[in-house]
Amino acid sequence: MSHVSVQPFLQVRGIEKRYGNIEALKAIDLDAYTGEVLAIVGDNGAGKSTIIKILSGAVTPDRGEIIIAGHKYSKLKPKTALAAGISTVYQDLALVDSLDIANNIFLGREHRKYFFCLDDKRMQQEALSLLEQLGIQIPFLHSAVGYLSGGQRQGVAVARAIHQGGRLLIFDEPTAAMGLKETVAVLKLIRGLAEEGFGVIVISHNMEQVFNISDRICVMRQGEVVACVKTREVNPQDVVAMITGAIDLDDTSNFRSKN
Amino acid sequence: MTVRIRLQRLFPQLLLTGVLLSLILILSLSSEYFLSWENFRNILDQSSVYILLAVGMTFVIASGGIDLSVGNVAAFSGVVMAVAMKADIGVFSAILLGYLAAFLFGLVNGLVVSYIKVNPFITTLASMSIARGLALILTGGVSIYGFSASFKFWGTGSIGPLNPPILFSFILVILGIFLMSYTLWGKYSLALGGNGEALRRTGVNVNYYRTSIYCFSALCAATAGLIMTARLNSAAPLAGATYEMDAIAAVILGGASMKGGRASILGTFIARLTLGVLRNGLTMMTVPTYYQQLFTGMIILVAVVVSELRSREE
Repeated sequence: MSHVSVQPFLQVRGIEKRYGNIEALKAIDLDAYTGEVLAIVGDNGAGKSTIIKILSGAVTPDRGEIIIAGHKYSKLKPKTALAAGISTVYQDLALVDSLDIANNIFLGREHRKYFFCLDDKRMQQEALSLLEQLGIQIPFLHSAVGYLSGGQRQGVAVARAIHQGGRLLIFDEPTAAMGLKETVAVLKLIRGLAEEGFGVIVISHNMEQVFNISDRICVMRQGEVVACVKTREVNPQDVVAMITGAIDLDDTSNFRSKN
Repeated sequence: MTVRIRLQRLFPQLLLTGVLLSLILILSLSSEYFLSWENFRNILDQSSVYILLAVGMTFVIASGGIDLSVGNVAAFSGVVMAVAMKADIGVFSAILLGYLAAFLFGLVNGLVVSYIKVNPFITTLASMSIARGLALILTGGVSIYGFSASFKFWGTGSIGPLNPPILFSFILVILGIFLMSYTLWGKYSLALGGNGEALRRTGVNVNYYRTSIYCFSALCAATAGLIMTARLNSAAPLAGATYEMDAIAAVILGGASMKGGRASILGTFIARLTLGVLRNGLTMMTVPTYYQQLFTGMIILVAVVVSELRSREE
């Protein structure tokens, strides 16, 4: 991609996290750029979810630092992660089903008037234009989010991530519970975000999808990033082999060998 | 489309209004005493304490919690007011002290539920017992009675065609509707019950909001305590026991989900009025109070079952 940033927007350096005796992350290094889709792949328990939780501020790392747009952080809170420009679209989407679309998009960042009153009119209008801009079709703006389809719900979650001011959007298994048609729409949306200059990190199990939308792939295994490769320079078989540990590639810049 | 969804969302309230109106019609036809301003005022007056508790309870249930302590906290704050007035600190200061006592209960409830994450049912069950114990200790188990006219006014005075209890309940209902629909605090109450984790992840201090909801409920209870004590000219340590059940019933009948995320102040208000009219009507038809208990219990059971089936459908 020609518009990929030269400096990484996000640099993860030596992040470690233990849960009791389990080393969930062993000194992770990771770079992410704006304008590209980075896929993080790995088997269950490889540490993908933990790194996402640390980046979104839900979990505090034991050691290491996170550098976002040049600013160093030793730990992130949900608020500081958002303020720094990292927004996460969770696997469960973190939507409040009983509230309507605008309320969900503006959750935690509501427009107010007279200090504590909600400016509902303004939020409805902005929600509508945000959804139009993203090309997300919503039949009726006032419907509770619980009544929407999987793809529409994903759209609302993405709209919120962008409204939160995210420059780097993290998607955790974005199409896990979706039908074919919706999956295609969501992948197109994610690809479009990168074209517009957002940084995108996608966690996925689906190799076909990963090769379809990503520019780079980082492979995690047992709490380590074992390889980061350009998507067009590898094939799915190689990546699967890296995930399972059948082969190690050493021709990549971020390759780390422990001990 | 728009109209259909709006109607769908209002379904429990519309159904309830239908029930209330048909109840009024039936009772008007079967008793000549029912349809009069005096009787209607009587129903509003009797319902006022329950409405006050139910408005606070609506926010608690909306947030996915429950507050079993409200009845006894109401009685306790009434006792504190009574003890303070007997110590001659002045009516205004005494009322303030009663509110403060209730507020502390709300604060402890809220802090324990939000920060230590103890189940709200257990937490408020414990504080219910503490409030009852303290009220019994402060009074030595006997009612304190005989207050000044300026205090009794809050229970028995009249303001135009209405009285302070009715006015208090109306004001709180209007305030509750405003808070629930138009303010951040109300929206967060619903969001906490709908998906509290989602709210937390957006960076909102959910513990602060959850705690403030229990404080609000306790302040509603203090208002109920003030009215109960002033109306009877006596503070009984066990006055408000089991009132929490009535409040919970009104909230659920009013269309709220026991799981949180969905609740309506107007629904709660109409539901409590319906219960008030029903009790009034049963009394007029000389149905013994034991049977009234039975009917009320059965209605609540049906409402909870309907509420559960409805949320399963969603």
